Amino acid sequence: MNLTLKVWRQKDNQDKGHFETYQVGDVLEDMSFLEMFDVLNEKLITEGKDPIAFDNDCREGICGMCSMYINGRPHGPLHGTTTCQLHMRHFHDGETITVEPWRAKPFPVIKDLVVDRGAFDRITEAGGYISVNTGNAVDANAIPIEKDTADLAFAAATCIGCGACVAACPNTSAMLFVSAKISQLAELPQGKPERRSRAINMIHQMDVEGFGSCSNIGECEQACPKEIQITHIARANSEYLKATFAGKDK
Amino acid sequence: MELNAKIPEGPLADKWTNYKGHCRLVNPANKRNLEIIVIGTGLAGASASASLAQLGYQVKAFCFQDSPRRAHSIAAQGGINAAKNYQNDGDSTFRLFYDTMKSGDFRGREANTYRLAEVSGDIIDQCVALGVPFAREYGGLLANRSFGGVQVSRTFYAAGQTGQQLLLGAYSALERQVALGKVTMYSRHEMLDVVIIDGKARGIIARNLVTGKLERHFGHAVVLASGGYGNVFYLSTNAMGSNVTASWKAHKKGAYFANPCFTQIHPTCIPISGDHQSKLTLMSESLRNDGRIWVPKQKGDTRKANQIPEEERDYYLERRYPAFGNLVPRDVASRAAKERCDAGFGVGASRQAVYLDFASAIQRYGKAAAHKAQIHDADAETITRLGKQAITEKYGNLFEMYEKITAENPYEVPMRIYPASHYTMGGLWVDYELMTNVQGLYALGECNYSDHGANRLGASALMQGLADGYFVIPYTIGNYLAGEIRTKPIPTDHPAFDEAEKNVQERLDKLMGIRGKYSVDHFHKALGKIMWNKCGMSRNKQGLQEAIQEVRALREEFWKEVRIPGTQNELNPELEKAGRVADFLELGELLATDALQREESCGAHYREESVTEDGEAKRDDEHFCYVSAWERKEDNHFELHKEPLAFEVVHLTQRNYK
Repeated sequence: MNLTLKVWRQKDNQDKGHFETYQVGDVLEDMSFLEMFDVLNEKLITEGKDPIAFDNDCREGICGMCSMYINGRPHGPLHGTTTCQLHMRHFHDGETITVEPWRAKPFPVIKDLVVDRGAFDRITEAGGYISVNTGNAVDANAIPIEKDTADLAFAAATCIGCGACVAACPNTSAMLFVSAKISQLAELPQGKPERRSRAINMIHQMDVEGFGSCSNIGECEQACPKEIQITHIARANSEYLKATFAGKDK
Repeated sequence: MELNAKIPEGPLADKWTNYKGHCRLVNPANKRNLEIIVIGTGLAGASASASLAQLGYQVKAFCFQDSPRRAHSIAAQGGINAAKNYQNDGDSTFRLFYDTMKSGDFRGREANTYRLAEVSGDIIDQCVALGVPFAREYGGLLANRSFGGVQVSRTFYAAGQTGQQLLLGAYSALERQVALGKVTMYSRHEMLDVVIIDGKARGIIARNLVTGKLERHFGHAVVLASGGYGNVFYLSTNAMGSNVTASWKAHKKGAYFANPCFTQIHPTCIPISGDHQSKLTLMSESLRNDGRIWVPKQKGDTRKANQIPEEERDYYLERRYPAFGNLVPRDVASRAAKERCDAGFGVGASRQAVYLDFASAIQRYGKAAAHKAQIHDADAETITRLGKQAITEKYGNLFEMYEKITAENPYEVPMRIYPASHYTMGGLWVDYELMTNVQGLYALGECNYSDHGANRLGASALMQGLADGYFVIPYTIGNYLAGEIRTKPIPTDHPAFDEAEKNVQERLDKLMGIRGKYSVDHFHKALGKIMWNKCGMSRNKQGLQEAIQEVRALREEFWKEVRIPGTQNELNPELEKAGRVADFLELGELLATDALQREESCGAHYREESVTEDGEAKRDDEHFCYVSAWERKEDNHFELHKEPLAFEVVHLTQRNYK
C-alpha cells in the first residue's frame, strides 16, 4: 500500500518545529509501524536528507521506549498496543497518517519524535521502591501472599513507563503511571511499611515535575498499551488521603 | 600472558564460602572515597549499581537508553531458575549446577557455575523482598514451572514477563540509591572507550547521545554489564540497540574475548515475514511445557494445520528424544527444527517454520479445571473454554503478542515458529572474581563468558545477571579495591584520558567523513546474512573460511561507502548505529575465526565435521577441552590463548536427552 505521512520535525529543543509530508510506497501489511518508518528513513538517507529521529528499542512492546502520537492517539488506533506492535494491516492504501511526539510540558522534545521522560525516573526516585538492601531478605516463601493480591500487584506492575497516559490526558496528569506503582507496593505486605511516605512523596514529585492533576477523565486508561486500570488511581488517592490524615510514616 | 582463573582452594561446595571468609574488605569510611563506573543497567548492571552503592561506594551508572528501566533484560519472558526445591521434586544446588554444566556441554568452569547455583536461592528471596510479584499458588506460596533440559520444576516466573518484573525490581533499588546520592545516573550516554593507566582500568570516555559531546569519567574500577552480541546476526531477539561496543572497546584495550563462537540460537521465535524485518520476536521457552512441536509427515504438505490428521503429524522431538520430549535444551531443539525444514517438511508460506501446538494442552487443562469445579459431565465446548482460560493465565501476553504480529489466533491454530539468534554464551574472559585480564576491569552478566559453557539453559540468564550483580561483585570488587584505598581520584586531564578521547574523536570524524552511498542498515543486514548462513546453527570449515573473507571485504566496503547523515553534535541515531556496526564487523571475523579453530561440536557450536552416527553433536575432549581466550593484535588480528578446563566433580559424558 501507499501512504502519506505528516510527521512532526523539530531540530532540537529550541526549534519551533513543523509538520512535513512524505510519501511512502510499498508498505506491506506484515510490517510494524516502526518498520514502515525504517523504510521511510532508508529512503530519506538515500536522498541525502535527514532521517526522522524516533525512540525505539526492544520492538516487542515491553521496554516502553517507543512513543508516537499517531492520528491523535498515543501508540495509534489499536487498543492495548505499543507503536512497535502496531502493524500496517490496520491501515489502508492511500491513507494519510499524522505522527507527532508526546505533547506534554514535563516531556520536552529532544528532536523530532524523541522526548525526555526523565521526570518518570525522578518520580520513582521519590519513593517507587521498597527500602531493602541486598542481603536483607528472608526466605521468599516466608511471606505468603494471597494469589488475588499477587495478581493485582502484578497487573499494576506491568506498566512499561512509556508515558502514553500523560500524552493522552487533557490535564497532562501522570496519575496512572504514579498510581500503578503506589498501588502495586501498597497491596504487597513487603511494601506496607513505607506506603504513606511513598504516596505523599511520589505525588508531590509529580506536581514538582509540572504534571497536571487528575480529574478522572479516563483517557489514560484508554491509551495505556498495557491496559492498566484507573481503579489504581482510586487506590492511590485513598492511600494519599490516609497518609495525609495519618502523617508520613517517616 | 598466563590466564589465572584464581579459583579458590578447597572442595567445590566450599569454595565460595571460603572465598567470602578470606577476601579483603574495605572499611566504610574508605568505601565513600572509592568510585566505581558501571556500564549498562540491565539485571546485572542495575543490581550491581544498587548493591555497590548500598555498601557505600560512589557509583556512576551509564545506559544508552532514555532510562535505566529500558535495558533489554526487560524483555526476558519465561522465568528465572533457582534451586529452592520448593516442589520437593529432587532439586538441589548440586543438581542445578550439574544441569548447567551438562547443558553447556562441559565447556564451562566448574567453580563459577557452582557458585551460580549456590546463590540462586538468595536471588528469589531478594526479589520478593523488593516487591517483585512472582506467580503464586492459591495457598499464597510461590509457583514454579519447568524449562528445557531439566527434569525438575525450578523456574520462578511472572506470567510471560519475568524479565520486566525482575528488572523493575533492580531498577527501583537503583533509583533509591540515585535518590540517596550514592549513584549518579547517566542515561542516553554511550561508553566509547576504557581508559587504562599503569595497567589498571581507571575510567571511560562516554558520548552524551543528546548533545554529542564526549565526556571523561574517572573510576577506581570499571564494571561492564553491557549485554551480549546477538545482534551480530542483524536479525535476533535482542533489542535494536543491543550491541557489543563496550565489550569490544575493552577487548581492543587488552581484555581477552572468550569463546565468541558460542552463540545461542533459540528454537521458538516468530518466523521471518519479509525483507523489511528489523527484529525477531521470541516466544518463551516456557511454552514448550505445554506446546507440542510437530511438522507434517508428508513432505511439502500444503494443507492447513487443523486439516492434518493426528496420525499424519510428526512430533519429531518426542520421537527423537523420548526422555525429554519437547523440553530438550535449546541447541538440540533448534537443530532438530532446522533439520526438518531443510529436509522439506517445513510449514507456512516460507516453509521455514514448524508448528507449536497447544490443542492437547487446552484439553488437558480444561478437563482438570472442569474436574476441580465438580463438573463431571462437561461437554467439549466447556472443556475447551476452561482450557483456554488456563492457558491465558499462564501465557496470555505471549499469545496476544503472537496474534498482533502474525494476525493468527494461536488458541485456534498452532503457532508457527523457527529458531533465531537470542543469547551469547561467549564474552569477555573473566576470572572467578569476574575480573577480566585487565586489572580493575570487570564483566558481569551476558557480556562475560563464564557460567554457561557452550549452551545456556533456559531461565538461567536472569539468574546469572542477578547473581553477578547482587551477590558476587559486591564481595569480589572489595578484594581489589582494598588495595586501592590510597589511590586518589585521577584528574581527567591525565594524558591517558587525552589519548583515549583523541582516538574516539578521530574514529567519529572518520565515520562522519565517509559520506558514502549506503545506509548503516545496509551493511548490518549484509553482515547478518553472512553470519547466519555460515556461522549460524550449522558450521563447516569451508563456510567459516569464506565467512572470514566476506566479513573482511564487507568491513572494507563499510569504511568506504557508509553514509551517515546529520552531524556529530546532536542526537544522531545513525551515527550511534554506525559505531556499533563497525564493531560488529570486527567481532564477526573473530566469531568465525573461533568457530573455525574449534573443530568439534559442543553445545550450540555445531561443526558438520564432528557429529555422531545419529546426527548429534560430537565433542572432542582430547583436543578442545579449553576456553578459547582471544587477544587482539594490530589490524584485527587475534592470538589464541587457552584456559584448560579441569573437572574435579563432574564426569564428562556425551550429552544424551534420549
